[in-house]
Amino acid sequence: MSRQLHARRVEGFDKNIWVEFTQLISDYKVVNLGQGFPDFGPPSFMQEAYCNAICGGASMHQYTRAFGYPRLVKIIAKFFGRIMGREIDPMEEVLITVGAYHALFCTFQALVDEGDEVIIVEPFFDCYEPMVMMAGGTPVYIPLKPVITGSALSSADWLLCPEEVASKFNPRTKAIVINTPNNPLGKVFQRDELQMIADLCIKHDVLCISDEVYEWLTYDGEHHIKIASLPGMWERTVTIGSAGKSFCATGWKVGWAMCSGHILKHLKTFHQNSVYHCPTAPQEAVAVGFQREYDVFGTEESYFRQLPAQLHAKRLKLAKSLRSVGLQPILPQGGYFMTTDISSLKVELNDPDTKDEPYDYRFVKWLIKEKGLAAIPVSGFYSPEHRADFQNYIRFCFVKVILLMDIQNESEQYRENYTCKTFFKQIIS
Amino acid sequence: MIITQLIHRCRSACCVLEIHPLRKLFSTKSSMTSVKQKNAKRIEGLEKNVWVAFTSVASDSSIVNLGQGYPDIPPPSYVTEGLAQAVMVDRLNQYTRGFGHPSLVKALSKVYGKVYGRLIDPFKEILVTVGAYGSLMSSMQALVEEGDEVVIIEPFYDCYVPMVRMAGAKPVLIPLRTKSSKKTNFSSADWVLDQDELASKFNSKTKAIIINTPNNPIGKVFTRSELQVIADLCIKHDVLCFSDEVYEWLIYRGHEHVKIATLPGMWDRTITIGSAGKTFSVTGWKLGWSIGPEHLVKHLQTVMQNTLYACATPLQEAVARGLLHDFELMEQPDCYFSSLAVELQGKRDRLACILQQAGMSPVVPEGGYFMIVDVTALNQDLSHMEEDKPYDYKFVEWMIKEKKLAAIPVTAFCGDESRKQFEKYIRLCFIKQDSTLDAAATILKNWSKA
Repeated sequence: MSRQLHARRVEGFDKNIWVEFTQLISDYKVVNLGQGFPDFGPPSFMQEAYCNAICGGASMHQYTRAFGYPRLVKIIAKFFGRIMGREIDPMEEVLITVGAYHALFCTFQALVDEGDEVIIVEPFFDCYEPMVMMAGGTPVYIPLKPVITGSALSSADWLLCPEEVASKFNPRTKAIVINTPNNPLGKVFQRDELQMIADLCIKHDVLCISDEVYEWLTYDGEHHIKIASLPGMWERTVTIGSAGKSFCATGWKVGWAMCSGHILKHLKTFHQNSVYHCPTAPQEAVAVGFQREYDVFGTEESYFRQLPAQLHAKRLKLAKSLRSVGLQPILPQGGYFMTTDISSLKVELNDPDTKDEPYDYRFVKWLIKEKGLAAIPVSGFYSPEHRADFQNYIRFCFVKVILLMDIQNESEQYRENYTCKTFFKQIIS
Repeated sequence: MIITQLIHRCRSACCVLEIHPLRKLFSTKSSMTSVKQKNAKRIEGLEKNVWVAFTSVASDSSIVNLGQGYPDIPPPSYVTEGLAQAVMVDRLNQYTRGFGHPSLVKALSKVYGKVYGRLIDPFKEILVTVGAYGSLMSSMQALVEEGDEVVIIEPFYDCYVPMVRMAGAKPVLIPLRTKSSKKTNFSSADWVLDQDELASKFNSKTKAIIINTPNNPIGKVFTRSELQVIADLCIKHDVLCFSDEVYEWLIYRGHEHVKIATLPGMWDRTITIGSAGKTFSVTGWKLGWSIGPEHLVKHLQTVMQNTLYACATPLQEAVARGLLHDFELMEQPDCYFSSLAVELQGKRDRLACILQQAGMSPVVPEGGYFMIVDVTALNQDLSHMEEDKPYDYKFVEWMIKEKKLAAIPVTAFCGDESRKQFEKYIRLCFIKQDSTLDAAATILKNWSKA
C-alpha cells in the first residue's frame, strides 16, 4: 500500500515499557519482581465465586447490561457509598470497565479534547501520558520531589510544591490525574495534600481523575483518602478502581469508574461505542467478593485487611535485603511497589545493544540478562523533560511469595540454595 | 402560592433537562454552567443506542425475546469446563501477554492457518480484543482518522457508523437492494449491491470499506464473485477492508463462507475479525480477534497497549482449549463449528415457516442467526402511535406490548436515506431453545385472533 496506513493518533505510541520488559522477562529465566502482579493466586473464595458463576446457568455466558452487571454495580455503589457517606446510584454513577486501564481510557476519550491540558503528577503510571495525547490533549507535568527529613527514605518524603502545582493551572486545564497510593513510589497522599489539589480544581473548574487501584494497600497505619469525598469534589471527580488489584486477580480485568451521573454519562457513551459490554461471569464473581467484604469490612476476616497485613512483612523484608547490598530503597506507605536508588552501585554495563538508553533501563536489562532478576526502570514513569533526572531509580514489586523464602528450595521454579539476602548479594558480586 | 408555582416550574424544567431539581437550585457550582465538564467532541451525538433501549424493554420475562442476538441455549460443556479449570490455576488469574494470551494466539494461528491455507504468525498477525466489537474499535482507531471516508454496506451492524464517526471520519453508505421480482420464498441471496453504485462510492478519500459476511441482520453470505467486485475496487483505489466475519461458522446448506482476505491481493490490505462469543455461543465472554498482515496489525496492537493493555487471562485460556478441541474435529460432524450450523438450520426453517403462516414474509438467511421479515402484508395500523419514528420501531414497540414478542427494528441498521427501503422489516434471532421458539410459534399462530 502506498498511502500512510496508520492514523496519526497512534504515532509515537508504539513503544511500551510493559511490552518491552515482559518480552525480555519471558525470554530469560528470572525471578520476576518487575511487572505488578502477584506470583500467587486470588483468595480461594474468589476462585470459588468464579467457578460458581460459570455453573450459574446459561445467562452467565451471555451479554449482560452494557454499563455493568446489575449485581456488581449495586454492591459497588453500596460498598463505596458506605465508605464515602453518600448514596451512590448504581445505574447512573458506576460504570464497569475492562480493568482500571480501560476506565482511564474511557475517561480521557470521553472528556479530553484537542486543546485541553491535563496535569499529571510525576512519577506516573506510564499509560496516562499516551492516553491524554491520543485524546488530543496536552500533558502538563508536576513532579513529586524528595525532601528527606529522616535517615530512612520514605514515600512520605516525596512532596508536591503547592506554588508549583498552582502555576500549572490555567484556562486550558481540563483535568488533573492523581494516583494514590502512587505507582511507582507508593506515596499515600495526605488529606492536606488532597485538599490543596481540590481547592485548585474548584477554583479553576477542573476535573479530577483519581486512580485509586491500590486503595486497600496502606501500611503503618496510613489511611487511604478519597479525594471525591472532599467538599465540592464528588461532582468533578472520576474515581477509578480495580478488582484485579483489590483481589489479587489482575488477569480478570474488571475495573470501574465512579462519578456523578452528569460526567459518567459521557463515559457510558464512549464505552457503548468501544467495547459495549464487559464479560459477565467475572463480574458476578467480583460482586460476590464485594458482598463478602461488605459484610466483614473492618474485621479480621476482611481480605482488604489481611492482604496489606501479609504484604507489610514482604515489604520490610525486601527493604532490608536491598539495604544489605548497599541500595537505598524508598519505603512505600502504600501500594505494591518499592522504588530504589541504585546510584551507590557501580556496575560496568557493557551491553552495546543498550548503550543509548537511560541508565536505569540499561541497569535493569543487565539485571535480567546477567543476574536473573527482573525490575522495572523508573525513568519510564517520568515525562520526557524529567526522565534524565531520574535515571538512578528502579522499581520492584513485592507482592511475591518468593520474597519470604528463607530455606533451601529444590523446586525447578526457583534457584537452589536460595535466600533473599544471598540473592541480592549476587547483584554486586 | 407564587413560591410553589416557581418551584414547580423549576422542577418541570429540570425534568426536561434530566437534572435533579433540588441540587441544581441550591448548588453554587452547577454542572449546567460548567463548560469544562462537557463531553469531548468525538462522542457528540453518539449517546443513543438501539440495544440500550430495547434490551431494557425486553428484560421482562413474560416477553418472548427474539430481539437481541444472543443464544439462550447453553454453550458446549467442554468450553465452560475449560474456564473453570483455568480459574483454578493461580498463574492464569494474573496478567497475560497484552496482544493475546500465547496459548490462544497459537490456537487461532492453527485453526485459521488451516482455514486460510497460509501460515499465520501468532504474535505478529493476530490481536486478541474485547469481543469483535473491540477489534472493530481497534481497527478504526488505528487506521482511520479525520479526512477519511469509510464505505459501509446497509443494513449494517449498528456500531460501524458511530465508530467511524468517533475516529473523526465520514461514513459513506451503500444499501443492499432486492432486485428480485419474486412474490414468495425470499432469501438473503436476493439482496445484492449495485456494482456501479458501489464503484461510485470510492474516491481518493476512501480509507476503508467494512463488510460483514454473513451479514447481520439480513443473513446474506457474500459470494466469491461479489467479494471479487469489492476486492477489485479496494485494489484499484488502494483501500483497506475490515471484514467482520463473526458468524463465519454459521453457514447453511448450499452456501460457502469465503474470506475476502484469501482473494489475490487482499491479505495485505484486510483485517479479518472473528468472535469467540459467536463461535462458541458465549457472547458474555467478550473475546474476539483481528487477523491480518503485520504492517496493519502492529497499529492495532499499538492501540491495544494504550487502551486496555490486555484481555482477561482465564477466558483466553478457555477459548484456546475450546479451539484446540474443535481443531481436532474439523470437517467432522462432531465439530462445533459445523454442528451448531446444522442445529440452527432446523430452527431457521421452523421460524420461517411459522412466520409465513402468520402472514408475514420472512427473508430466509443463508448464514448467521438472524432473520428479517417483511410485515407489510399484516397491514397493522399504527397511526394511533403518534411519535415520529419509522414504522418498524413503532411495530416492534406495539408487538412487544400487545403480542409479548420482542424483535429489533431493521432501520436501526441503516442510515436515514434508506429508511423507506427497510422500515417494513423487523429482525428476529433464532439461536434460541425449542421452548422459546414454541412460545413464539404460539404467539404467531394466534396472531390474527384478538
